[in-house]
Amino acid sequence: MELFLSQVFNGLSVGSILLLVAIGLAFSFGLMGVINMAHGELIMVGAYSAYVMQSWLPTVIGDLGNDLYLPVALVLAFLMAALIGIVLERVLIRRLYGRPLDTLLATWGVSLFLQQAARSIFGAPNVQVVAPSWLRGGLEITSGLTLPYPRLFILALAITCLVGVYVYLFRTYRGRLIRAVMQDRQMAGALGVKTSQIDVSTFALASGLAGVAGCALALLGPIGPSLGTFYIVDAFLVVVLGGVGQLLGTVAAAVGIGVSTAAIEYQTSASLGKVLVFLLVILFLQWRPAGIIARRGR
Amino acid sequence: MTTAPASMAPREPVGFVQNRRLQMEIALLLLGLALLLLAPLFLSDFRLNQMGKFLTFAIVAIGIDLLWGYTGMLSLGQGVFFGLGGYAMAMYLKLHASGDALPDFMGWSGVTSLPWFWEPFRSPWFALPIAVIGPGILAFLFGYALFRSRVTGVYFSIVTQALALILSVFLVGQQAYTGGTNGLTNYTDLFGATLRSADTRQLLYFVTVSVLVITYAFARVVTGSRLGRVMIAVRDDEARARFTGYNVALVKASVFAVAGGLAGIGGALFVPQVGIISPANLGVVPSIEMVLWVAIGGRGTLAGAVIGALAVSWMRSTFSEAYPETWLYLLGAMFVASVVFVPKGVVGSAGPLIERLAGRSPWRFSRNAVRRTGESGPAVALGEGAPRGAEALAREGGSDGD
Repeated sequence: MELFLSQVFNGLSVGSILLLVAIGLAFSFGLMGVINMAHGELIMVGAYSAYVMQSWLPTVIGDLGNDLYLPVALVLAFLMAALIGIVLERVLIRRLYGRPLDTLLATWGVSLFLQQAARSIFGAPNVQVVAPSWLRGGLEITSGLTLPYPRLFILALAITCLVGVYVYLFRTYRGRLIRAVMQDRQMAGALGVKTSQIDVSTFALASGLAGVAGCALALLGPIGPSLGTFYIVDAFLVVVLGGVGQLLGTVAAAVGIGVSTAAIEYQTSASLGKVLVFLLVILFLQWRPAGIIARRGR
Repeated sequence: MTTAPASMAPREPVGFVQNRRLQMEIALLLLGLALLLLAPLFLSDFRLNQMGKFLTFAIVAIGIDLLWGYTGMLSLGQGVFFGLGGYAMAMYLKLHASGDALPDFMGWSGVTSLPWFWEPFRSPWFALPIAVIGPGILAFLFGYALFRSRVTGVYFSIVTQALALILSVFLVGQQAYTGGTNGLTNYTDLFGATLRSADTRQLLYFVTVSVLVITYAFARVVTGSRLGRVMIAVRDDEARARFTGYNVALVKASVFAVAGGLAGIGGALFVPQVGIISPANLGVVPSIEMVLWVAIGGRGTLAGAVIGALAVSWMRSTFSEAYPETWLYLLGAMFVASVVFVPKGVVGSAGPLIERLAGRSPWRFSRNAVRRTGESGPAVALGEGAPRGAEALAREGGSDGD
């Protein structure tokens, strides 16, 4: 029972990480049709934001900074990543709408750029972010089962982001405009929506979410310039499996991959687990090529 | 200089210009071949060996060009097939070098007897064919499964990229059987020829040149054939090709298999020349760089694929030796530039550029055409494409006998 619970928690935890890194992609890929290979590097930007805040904030406001750096870093990470996203959209991606494979290659180039930039600024060796005191330790369920606070924090953050995105998309005026533009760009434009503005703000939001994800991932392990490359492929797989442009599908895919990864890796080994999960995804796509939740065609 | 329309030359009225173009192409190809054959005269042993390595990449690039440039499938997992070919070769060389003993790395990991799947690689007559057939079959099965359920476009790219990721994770993880991160190295000889000697390396160089020439000729025949036009039709309008009665999934899977086999050949030739293969040669990053070769050289032009592979590899070795810091910036810039500024690649742009200098401006028109198609459908992915295969087929009634 204990084992089962810890497996479930592990799965949910992996799933929440996947969800967090994939949710921004669900925007840029799902809604805008842009394959942003630099998404992983935006995650890295977020992670380095946490690192910078951790070192800098205590020098300004003293010991309080050690506890407060994380929330501040979350905001900074969002803003930094969104800013890079805006520049990226204005300078590059705007020229490539409707050519998804080209956005893939171009943003891969951008990702190499950002990686090397991080290497130049922060150095090649990994850096470490130490969780603030209120996130150390874990929640003890039974004597043998402890849920680490950082993992719970990431789970909560993923849910917060999800709810935030849902409310924004489906319950606000701005969100309605985004959906309108993504469904029928010409018609939305004809009705007076400034489509190019919507593009840039949607992309900025997607990038900002990547930054938030990176900030959270900084709690899990060392941060290096190539941090993003560890997550990008998985994140894309989650979006594809979930059904492109489907928020709910993305959630289901993230949790599904998370739980099955945890279960299979426990049975076999980490590397074999990854292979088997990938095969499962391929098999699943045989059965439902458009993902868990298919976009309704017209 | 192969401009893509030339690949359809036999089908169109062969006029004076077409002839001139063909003559020009043949002349340039012979010039290139002569350069490759004379290279041993003016390159040091080290540089020649390096050139041999680049030529194996060119073989891979031709496969990618058939796949991406002609059939419109962007695979981000060609490193997988390159790697499988390479590992097949490396397993043979390693076993041969170890003699009756276990390969050294197995001993370090506590493996006491040779795993069953290593056993057949004792024979070169198994290892060499399987280095080509293995990747081909895998690509076919994997591809057919995907294409049958109509996983296309970017989805195909993402899934193949994931394939590259899991193969490298798998190889690293199963260290006892695969050599892990270090890969397979320390070979002695191939068919009695010591791999480290300059003579053997020169021989391997010429073998690679021959294989490249055969590959090029093969690809040229395929693209000029009826199948080549079906490939282009599938690229430009998959649904239309399907409704015209072609088995699109089969065509795509076959091309994928050919590209996989070519990548396998490249890998098998890479290993004896370089002396090592490791997961670093076949993961996500090398796989996408392989795509860059074709993007830079010119998708849909076979010569472009070769030139792109050679040029990018040469730049990589030159710059990463001299300025390792700036190399990634340059590589990144190449990715962006290949898409934004020269979507047809160096070779694909050169032809129209000459015509433009001569006063005409077809370039401008094709640019508009892209923007127009840009709003809809799969043809877009290719950007400014070479010939419109679907239209060409339809124009000819779709079923002209040969």
